[in-house]
Amino acid sequence: MKVRVLVRPKAGILDPQGEAVRSALPALGFGGVSTVHVGRLIEMEVETADEVDAMCKRLLANPTIEEYEWEVIH
Amino acid sequence: MKIGVTIFPGSNCDRDALYAIERMGAEPVELWHADADLKGSDAVIVPGGFSYGDYLRPGAIARFANVMAPLEDFARSGGPILGVCNGFQVLAEAHLLPGALLRNTGMRFVCRRVRVRVETTETPWTSSCEPGEDLTLPVAHNEGNYFADPATLDQLEAEDRVVLRYLENPNGSANDIAGICNEGRNVVGIMPHPERVSDPVLGSEEGMRLLRSVLAGARV
Repeated sequence: MKVRVLVRPKAGILDPQGEAVRSALPALGFGGVSTVHVGRLIEMEVETADEVDAMCKRLLANPTIEEYEWEVIH
Repeated sequence: MKIGVTIFPGSNCDRDALYAIERMGAEPVELWHADADLKGSDAVIVPGGFSYGDYLRPGAIARFANVMAPLEDFARSGGPILGVCNGFQVLAEAHLLPGALLRNTGMRFVCRRVRVRVETTETPWTSSCEPGEDLTLPVAHNEGNYFADPATLDQLEAEDRVVLRYLENPNGSANDIAGICNEGRNVVGIMPHPERVSDPVLGSEEGMRLLRSVLAGARV
């Protein structure tokens, strides 16, 4: 099965990447964007989803600074 | 005294560290990432670089290399460990040090000399420094912005565990932190590179002020 993991900076953690993108958008004429957060998308082909949460905690995300969510795509 | 230097794929300050150790008059020992063996090292430096290409997060993959298991045992038994730059990131990912290193607030790779203050001499890597001593050391990093939750920051300050502090903060680091130590004070992580200023031919040997400290605690 295919699993999609989304990792993003925890709320309140400084996200300079998101901030740089946010400030770039108006320069291109895109208005009305108040916040941007940049995270990571990880897609995996796995036999079972049983251990995906453990993978997120141990390696895919750093719980000190990041939060994650995951879903089975198909 | 034997001082080991871990070598991961992508480490690029390992040679500099080995050279500095030799200049200190100690015996440098190469510790290959795939070998779960510290080869009798009395102290270990985890050097800078881009271990595993910084894929996922800096230090995230290196933290599970074979050499890390004996290194974690060594840390728990009080062995002196110094993580420099990417080495600091590896030690934070391995939870041998609290917190994490975030992207620099300026979104730029910072590569220059900065002034730092030695905030505590109660670590094996600063014991020969003067308390409050200023050092000028090179930094070269993209993720040097130290982050920890407010309770952890308070604890680090209260327990005198901020080892180096920037006099001009180059990366947005919390409390101007350039380096910290663990609760046992034997594991130190710093962003500046002492090994890059370890010989007058490099323009300075101020880095030796830190590195040579570890010799004072040498087991004889």
